[in-house]
Amino acid sequence: MNNSNPNTDASANVPASSGELVHLYRTMVKIRRCEEAIARLFNDGLVYGTVHLSIGQEAVPAGFCAELRASDYLTTTYRGHGWALAKGVSLDGFIAELFGRETGICRGRGGSMHLCDMRVGLIGASGIVGGGLPLAVGSALAAQVRGVDAVAVADFGDGATNIGTFHESVNLAAAWRLPVIFVCENNLYGEFTPARDTCLLANLADRAAAYGIYGEVVDGNDVEAVRAVAAEAIGRARAGEGPSLIEAKTYRHRGHSRNDPGRYRPQEEVEAWLARDPITLAREKLTRAGAWSDEADLELNQSIESEIARAVEAAQAAPFPLPADVAEYVYREPSEAGSLVYNS
Amino acid sequence: MLSYREALREALAEEMRDDPTVIVFGEDIALAGGIFKVTEGLRSEFGADRVRDSPISENALVGAAVGAAAAGLKPVVEIMFADFLANAFDQLVNHAAKLRYMSGGQLQLSLVVRCAHGGGIGFAAQHSQAATSWLLPFPGVKIVAPATPGDAKLLLKAAVRDPDPVLFLEHKALYGMRGPAPDADEPVPMLGTPVVRRVGSDLTLVALAGTVGTALTAGEQLAVDGIECDVVDLRGLVPLDLHVVVDSLRRTGKLLVIEEEPAQGGWANLIVSRIAQQAWPALRSAPRVISGSVSPIPYSPPLEQAYLPQVQTIVSAGRELAGAGAR
Repeated sequence: MNNSNPNTDASANVPASSGELVHLYRTMVKIRRCEEAIARLFNDGLVYGTVHLSIGQEAVPAGFCAELRASDYLTTTYRGHGWALAKGVSLDGFIAELFGRETGICRGRGGSMHLCDMRVGLIGASGIVGGGLPLAVGSALAAQVRGVDAVAVADFGDGATNIGTFHESVNLAAAWRLPVIFVCENNLYGEFTPARDTCLLANLADRAAAYGIYGEVVDGNDVEAVRAVAAEAIGRARAGEGPSLIEAKTYRHRGHSRNDPGRYRPQEEVEAWLARDPITLAREKLTRAGAWSDEADLELNQSIESEIARAVEAAQAAPFPLPADVAEYVYREPSEAGSLVYNS
Repeated sequence: MLSYREALREALAEEMRDDPTVIVFGEDIALAGGIFKVTEGLRSEFGADRVRDSPISENALVGAAVGAAAAGLKPVVEIMFADFLANAFDQLVNHAAKLRYMSGGQLQLSLVVRCAHGGGIGFAAQHSQAATSWLLPFPGVKIVAPATPGDAKLLLKAAVRDPDPVLFLEHKALYGMRGPAPDADEPVPMLGTPVVRRVGSDLTLVALAGTVGTALTAGEQLAVDGIECDVVDLRGLVPLDLHVVVDSLRRTGKLLVIEEEPAQGGWANLIVSRIAQQAWPALRSAPRVISGSVSPIPYSPPLEQAYLPQVQTIVSAGRELAGAGAR
């Protein structure tokens, strides 16, 4: 059992105004270390199929999830590891799922692109571009029908704003005034294609006006700015004022997926964004405020790395699902009717 | 006695009275009561939160039903015509069918997608698809298609109560059909259990939804020739227990399947294949299949009738099958 809690330990002695930033920083570092570990584990053959890393984009899930409750709903994308961790998915269950083990949060049935953990309101990551948006809208509908102030966040990328489901979902949420926040992480590329080649808008949040809802652009690498915008959008939704479209400008440090070296992006562009690494920016701010130190950073990273190492060890030792169970969990109420036994 | 549409309306109203988590939404279903008047009266009884008119956005509507079900409601979403399921295909096959499995069983998605399906009233190719076989390649969604008012009521109640996603297909040519109402204490059936609508020992006719009535009419005509038919109404395709069909074949040995779908992509092949694989000794001659024509559904009335399985075609096939020697 891990007794050191990265979320609380080093923040006891910092000024109150920096306490929240410390928490956000810890979340981002945890995501970063996990994603780097997953990249190594993928090369080692322990993580199967494919992975889409969110290195460089940590500030968006960290900022938003700091304002969400476990009872709020979230849908994300195939690049959703950071959101899953920030929403509170257990590291052990997450790593085991990527290893395809029965102890994974989805019992190995879903994998990297389809994380689901209903204990923390994560309805699902969808591998289909735009696929999570109607799900988030539906969970917001449930909250509205029930009369509770839960909200739903739909996370998606710039490319998703061009698919039909985006338009249908945002319009439906607007027409029914649903408590859903649409969060667009614009990392300037839809897979291998620059966003500017597939859409005339420089700011995707401008689309909000087309549906009659609130839209705003935020610097997706400034975690405090993200959190402030998130708090307002979530507050509006909880108060019954309907949906928002938030566009977070950000950048992924690595390629689209593990097999992509990312050579379609100009070197100057990559370097400029690397210089605005959200984790570096937050650490510099904390250091200037006297709220952080090299020692604290070392302690944080060591604690996270050992947590990851323990999760990897547990996952490696965990069993795979039984082949005989391949058709389990399709239906909640399966029927014997599927099989026909003929007795002559 | 009640009509098929009244039966559906009663089923929805009764389930909504019993369970506050049941909600209904779709295009024109609330204020107008639905294009086929199935949902008439629900808005005034249950209010605007639970009975909603929606924009024309099929993929988002089905996806919203999935999301609401994930959050614990029991949504019943209407997709006006089964043909429009094509606009919702991603949320049906990549999400409704797969999310529970991909979640390792965390999600319980108790939702119903209701559509008007089938041809015969001149709505032409884009508003007449039978569509019962559309989701067969995607385990995870159940498929129900009632052929009588009594079944319309009981099977819709079963579908609403079912903890899994259900595609519920209402034949548009049957909305006005009248039939006996279920008894007040009649239990809601388990999905997947076919019923025998007519009893006979010479032939086994297997039909679903729009072809059940045609098969029964053919059965009456064959009886004049002294050929007595079992007519089995499958009531749906997933789940599906074929013991009723096998038991019938043990008596008749002769199988005649009648589907509205075009011959290249319906459900009849599924039945014939499963019977051949699992009940081969029961068959005494080659099975026969009568399907819709291999074309979209035509507009002109004689062509539309030529598309659909005809009573005469079934009668001729039945005579040949009855006269065919046993193996």
